[in-house]
Amino acid sequence: MQNSIIDIEKEAFESIEHSDDSDQLEQLSIKYLGRKGVLTKFLRNISSLSEDERPSAGKNANILKGKLEKAFKTAFLKLETFEDKDFTGIDVTLPGRPALRGSLHPITQVAKEISDIFLRLGFDIAESPEVETDYYNFEALNIPKYHPARDMQDTFYVSENIVLRTHTSPSQPRVMESTKPPVRIISPGKVFRCDSDITHTPMFYQIEGLMVDENISFGDLKGILTTFVHQFFDKDTSLRFRPSFFPFTEPSAEVDIRCVMCRGEGCRICSKTGWLEVLGSGMVHPAVFENVGYDTDKYTGFAFGIGIERMAMLKYGIDDIRKFYENDVRFLGQF
Amino acid sequence: MKVSLSWLKEYIYVDLEPEVIAEKLTMAGLEVDLVEERYDYLNNIVVVKVNEVKKHPNADKLSVCKVDAGGDELIQIVCGAPNVQEGMFVPCALPGAVLPGDLKIKKGKLRGEVSCGMLCSASELKLNTDAAGIMALEGDFVAGTPLEEALKISDTIFEIDLTPNRPDCLSYIGVAREVGAFMEPKQTVNLPDYTLPEDKIGNESIHDNAKVQIIDPDLCPRYSAGLLFDVKIESSPFWLQEKLESIGFTPINNVVDITNYVMMETGQPLHAFDFDEVAKSKIIVRRAGNDTNFTTLDGKEHKLEPDMLMICDGERPVALAGVMGGENSEISDTTTRVLVESAYFNPVSIRKTAKKTGIATDASHRFERGVDPDGTVKALNRALALIAQVCDASIARDIIDEHPNKPVPFEIDLNTDALNTRLGTDFNADAIQKILTSVEFEVEKTNDTRLKVGIPFFRVDVTRPEDLSEEVARLWGYNNIKTSYPLVPAKGRLLDQKVVLREKIRQLMTGFSFFECINYNFINEDSCDRLRLADNDKRRHVETILNPISDQMSVLRSSLIPGLLETMKRNISQQTDTLKLFEIGKIFFATQKGSLPEENETIAGLVTGNRSDQSWYSKKSEIDFFDLKGVVEGFLKALMIENTVFEKIEDESCPYYKNGYAAFVKSGNILIGTLGKISEKVLKNYGLKQDAFVFDFNFNAIKNLLPETVTAQILPRFPSISRDITIIVDRSVTVGAILEQIELYSKKEILIEKVFLFDAFEGRPLSDGKKSLSFRVVYRSANKTLKEKNIKKLHVNISKSIIDQFNADLPE
Repeated sequence: MQNSIIDIEKEAFESIEHSDDSDQLEQLSIKYLGRKGVLTKFLRNISSLSEDERPSAGKNANILKGKLEKAFKTAFLKLETFEDKDFTGIDVTLPGRPALRGSLHPITQVAKEISDIFLRLGFDIAESPEVETDYYNFEALNIPKYHPARDMQDTFYVSENIVLRTHTSPSQPRVMESTKPPVRIISPGKVFRCDSDITHTPMFYQIEGLMVDENISFGDLKGILTTFVHQFFDKDTSLRFRPSFFPFTEPSAEVDIRCVMCRGEGCRICSKTGWLEVLGSGMVHPAVFENVGYDTDKYTGFAFGIGIERMAMLKYGIDDIRKFYENDVRFLGQF
Repeated sequence: MKVSLSWLKEYIYVDLEPEVIAEKLTMAGLEVDLVEERYDYLNNIVVVKVNEVKKHPNADKLSVCKVDAGGDELIQIVCGAPNVQEGMFVPCALPGAVLPGDLKIKKGKLRGEVSCGMLCSASELKLNTDAAGIMALEGDFVAGTPLEEALKISDTIFEIDLTPNRPDCLSYIGVAREVGAFMEPKQTVNLPDYTLPEDKIGNESIHDNAKVQIIDPDLCPRYSAGLLFDVKIESSPFWLQEKLESIGFTPINNVVDITNYVMMETGQPLHAFDFDEVAKSKIIVRRAGNDTNFTTLDGKEHKLEPDMLMICDGERPVALAGVMGGENSEISDTTTRVLVESAYFNPVSIRKTAKKTGIATDASHRFERGVDPDGTVKALNRALALIAQVCDASIARDIIDEHPNKPVPFEIDLNTDALNTRLGTDFNADAIQKILTSVEFEVEKTNDTRLKVGIPFFRVDVTRPEDLSEEVARLWGYNNIKTSYPLVPAKGRLLDQKVVLREKIRQLMTGFSFFECINYNFINEDSCDRLRLADNDKRRHVETILNPISDQMSVLRSSLIPGLLETMKRNISQQTDTLKLFEIGKIFFATQKGSLPEENETIAGLVTGNRSDQSWYSKKSEIDFFDLKGVVEGFLKALMIENTVFEKIEDESCPYYKNGYAAFVKSGNILIGTLGKISEKVLKNYGLKQDAFVFDFNFNAIKNLLPETVTAQILPRFPSISRDITIIVDRSVTVGAILEQIELYSKKEILIEKVFLFDAFEGRPLSDGKKSLSFRVVYRSANKTLKEKNIKKLHVNISKSIIDQFNADLPE
């Protein structure tokens, strides 16, 4: 009988090896492992063996059963793969049915990116009107009528005292008039100046920022704006703060970054200076605080204004600002 | 403002490289835009030795010369100068050189003789005024040496973009002061000699010859004047012309040039009158009053306004004060007596006059920013001395200095703690004192935290302690101030709902494959006509811009549709003819004059072109109304705005839509917006030839309809069953009406889950004027699996009701 189990094993494995289709294999599986199969019969006949032989015969038969089950599984798998080797199928190079997508205007995207940086720093968004009174656009910001600083901004007038806002700065007095310190806001939006050429469009976007509290310093302004530049460009971007003049800040500072095109070597984009002016800023002028009734002894603050197109142009390498407002979908779809 | 480095060095010791000076000026707040080598134009001009001079065979006045330019061979040059001689060294412009006046030197032939360059006069090279012949160079030179090197001339010109708060730096002395402050060790300015030369002062006193009367001291707090006799008007000497030309001035004559020179030196604008033309030898400073016209020295006539400040003589105006002198009293070749004016005018008054007359001069530029109120006499003396010397004139004894409103010296009490808080620094009083003193503030220490700072008159921009903090910061260096971070309380904040909604809408629309556009707020003034808006349409209340860029951009938009149609047109002209566009932005309606307009946020979109292009899996098909309606429905559903209805527009409210192809979208009684097909006439008005569909929604209406909370619905546990109804009705019956009828049941019968149209058909075999509609009603119970018997009666009732209501037939 012992011989018999060895014979069964040998014969079974040979048959498995030589079978080359799944029907044949199925038959073999039934022949050896089925209810009326060879192994079942063998186990049934165990009772005819001597007392000594029975345990080992049973054990061997079960071991073989396990081996065969595994062998059949492997053989089936192998056969299936082999049988599926007919790869004719479909032409996968046919173009797919497009899943169409639209896109957000690059200005919207960059404005959001900038806003998000300041929101993470604890600023809120406060919007203000696009058409403004002369008071909020100029006077409240310490730019009286006939001040030479009015030459810095070519203004669109709707009537003698109503203008299209020339900057987002009117949001400063508007917010401060209705809020007590501490103030931490940004105010994104459209602004307007009568100017139109390759570097100017009569409408463009700015983001204003304002932080007022006790003990806010010029060092803090540097800290917040450095963080912003490092987050928006990259953390290795070097920047410098340069004295400038805005009637509503004192001290005033322009922020320049190392030219992203030439890395400071000097090129056309940075007019060979190696630096690019990216935003204006400064400590809020006490006259502005006086106009909104803030205590100038107690509070200090800083404000800044970022040109969104400028940032978008640097980020995406766009050389003509007018492209933003032509809305050619071949342009819009790139972002 | 242009500054010549060699000229600047007359006032300050500076041994730094030009680039370093530019950098330091920029970082002190005097932004240098451009650094130029002044003699760059002398490129390709070399010193040559004239070896041979022969008469030109075909021209009496020309010579043919052979010159040594340092090369292997001699060069032939035709020369017309009478003083050309063998053996002389002269400057020679070689081919490629560009002489002042944009004269390009090329190889050519003059009367048949080859000429490979040009021997130059000093005047042609702007190196002197001598134009009589070529410039004979004295000394020994190596032929071929660049002229700039041979003459050892060099100069750098800085172009400084000054901010309006720093009029004190609109002068060499002002810039020199700033340079001195950043030099190590600090340098002080070498001021010019402001005393009058004794030997040039005559016996006659100005007081016996001239009178000055200030009638309006509010506009002219100070008027100083000096008088010169026996002035010889000529061209200025070379040194003076050269200096002025180096910074872009055109030399006029010696007197005018000196007034400009002293203005550039001191920052004080001066004006010179031909005193023989000053009637009654009298200067009266007053408002224009009844005088109506005035001709300035550039020959232009200007209309005067009563408040404009004029300089008048005994009879008439002779100058637009601080802006420009008059034609009637300007210096001419025959002038012999000159009155020099050095005054301080009210900045606002000068700015108004300059703005209204449209004249911007170097003088008005300085006066409107504010000149040194204490600087008139110094500049006057300097000019008198120079005119006396250069024009060989004599100075009248004494000067006039009418000074009704003397400026009061003032001090700022500076608290160093406040300054340090503002800057985030920890300067002690001594450090601050040292910094401020470097630019001539007079600082006295009161105690450890208090300084008394005397403000020099020329610093008109410094009026409060914060201004001094800027001085300290900029002179110390902004980049040397330590960066810090403010502490911000971790307090909860909510984003503005408008911002959130806008972002959500943008995400939805791009998800629906729309491109966001941003159009200008200004549109064409005829936009309302192009949209065919009724005369009483609110959108005709446009806000008009008084000074527009062009007629195409002259009114504020009262609708987003014109912008979208223009954008469609631009894209189609670029051969992109399938478009899905949207925009979120404000529209404007004028209110009362002098008040702010109403600003309404709007969201609008446009679709045009093909739903699907020709491809391997589909045929080309064009976008229609229902593509856009689907977007609007999807949009409202995503925002969870419920109970919206589409109601056909049957009035004149939206005349830009094609009749019968447009709908109001309402939620209850609230109008949210409209959508429709743009009419052919409007398409034509925009030069468009293909159909366009537009939606136009009120942002605030949408915002107000947003659900406050969203609660999850429990998913049904039991299966649904569906039953269909197909009916044939008149074409005029709307699907909406039938659905509404069925919905009447769904309100009562909780078993009806939903009803929808799944087929619609017109044409054969149906008779004309009929259509077939198929609806599917989905029934479901929350408690059990429905069986036919549960819904049979209900379904029959629904069917009967719509058959009765709409006079419908059943299909055969």
